[in-house]
Amino acid sequence: MDSELVQNLGILVLAGFAGFLVISKVPNTLHTPLMSATNAVHGVVVLAALIVLGQGVDLGVFNDILLVIAIIFGTINVVGGFLVTDRMLGMFKGKPGDKAKKQEETA
Amino acid sequence: MSWIQDPAFINILYIISFSLFIYGLMKLTGPKTAVQGNWIAAAGMGVAVVATLLIRGMSNWWLIALGVVVGTVISIPAAYKVKMTAMPQMVALFNGLGGGAIALISWAQFRDTGGFAEEELSKVIASLFAALVGSISFWGSNVAFGKLQEILPGKPVGLGRLQQPVNLLTFVAAVVCAVAIASGQTSEWWMIGLLIASAILGLMVVLPIGGADMPVVISLLNALTGLSAAAKGIALDNTALIVAGMIVGASGSILTSLMAKAMNRSIPAIVAGGFGGGGTSGGGDTGGEDRHVNSTSAADAAIQMAYAGNVVVVPGYGLAVAQAQHLVKEMAELLGEKGITVSYAIHPVAGRMPGHMNVLLAEADVPYEALKEMDEINSQFGQTDVSLVIGANDVTNPAAETNPDSPIYGMPILKVNQSQSVIVLKRSMSPGFAGIENELYYDPKTAMLFGDAKSSVADIVEELKQL
Repeated sequence: MDSELVQNLGILVLAGFAGFLVISKVPNTLHTPLMSATNAVHGVVVLAALIVLGQGVDLGVFNDILLVIAIIFGTINVVGGFLVTDRMLGMFKGKPGDKAKKQEETA
Repeated sequence: MSWIQDPAFINILYIISFSLFIYGLMKLTGPKTAVQGNWIAAAGMGVAVVATLLIRGMSNWWLIALGVVVGTVISIPAAYKVKMTAMPQMVALFNGLGGGAIALISWAQFRDTGGFAEEELSKVIASLFAALVGSISFWGSNVAFGKLQEILPGKPVGLGRLQQPVNLLTFVAAVVCAVAIASGQTSEWWMIGLLIASAILGLMVVLPIGGADMPVVISLLNALTGLSAAAKGIALDNTALIVAGMIVGASGSILTSLMAKAMNRSIPAIVAGGFGGGGTSGGGDTGGEDRHVNSTSAADAAIQMAYAGNVVVVPGYGLAVAQAQHLVKEMAELLGEKGITVSYAIHPVAGRMPGHMNVLLAEADVPYEALKEMDEINSQFGQTDVSLVIGANDVTNPAAETNPDSPIYGMPILKVNQSQSVIVLKRSMSPGFAGIENELYYDPKTAMLFGDAKSSVADIVEELKQL
């Protein structure tokens, strides 16, 4: 067992606990946006595609194709994920004009 | 400018990036700070990508740019055009793409390194795990997407009794391929075999799962993609990947167990499948024809609610399908003008995704405070004059509490049957996704208003306007 692996396992375990603690505070109401946001976060795999493609010297056409598709997938996951979450969350924000209107109506 | 490419500097950027992920997710705990939280997490992603591109010796810039541009161009219109009701399948699809990316990366890496010939064993194992789980997640998510989008049948599709042995065999096949690679086999066929076996496994596991279990499946697949990203991070010695992947893995696991608990089902039982269609109504259909069902009209329903002190709306998937959320909000406003309190009872697994109903009602500008979680509202049903059930079925079935033979016995439900009277909007008497008769419909204080949820609510709104 080399120390790099052990260190990484330590980070892995700590991150697991951090994730557990942060997420257990999220109310039911926000579970869909939460899932959508964490879904965008795991789009971080795009980094792996960047590293393998960027650091490889002469990979051959087939590998290039695989990795470009992986980058496309990862980018869709990240960009789409964050945008969709933002759209959903935007709906939870009471639009300021609305409240005033409602008060007028009930008054 | 060489310090920019210093591995230490890049690692510092990674630390900043995962701090932003965690901080952003922390802000998702409240609706007011959540929007900001999402963008903070997105900024973390931006930092991580920049840091990665700074790594010394990056090349293939054109291909990288091509991938990023194509991905962005595809995702922006998709994200802006998707309807709120279609959100579960969108999340499933994005999730699948993440898993697919991991599987492809592992494959390319295998080819690049001549079958992981010179890699350390621990990294090889991590990569193989990532490939296996990523591929399961990709195919599983696509099936979930297909079911939710109704391209594939929502009802469980399976091999019946053969399902378990076949699943087990495919899993064993995938693991055998992985072990072969880890023990030094360099033929590419092992890798292809691994990917195909885990693809079949992903299909086989999700196909037999009924639509009602989708909230659990989606969050489980989300957790799996996160875990495989973390594994990939160990293989590539990349902190940002490890932390971000593991946070998603942990959060997805929590959500999955919460969902499963809300349905009183164990995760293994859901993955093993068969809930959606296998257990038929348990003899309930023999007596079904003789039993009396009260039906009502939109006019009567409107009057009943107009003279109530308080009304609880119980939304379900039927509301999402009919896109009736805006009309429901209009109805609630009309009732509010008459001085009637309207609140919404949200079952944790109503809809096809955790919190699905909340998103739909928020889209229609229903105030956050009016949405009540199950535990809170259940103590109030005793004082409720009218419960209006819109397209929800199994989550209101009292059999879950009274009938030990029922397949859903023990599942926490919304205790709608305790309210003074119940109005159920439903298309027909057909049982829900779980295929179980709902005792609630035969209760003497229940009135059924048959028809499409949207037009029924529209009719009620018209009647209310005339009162």
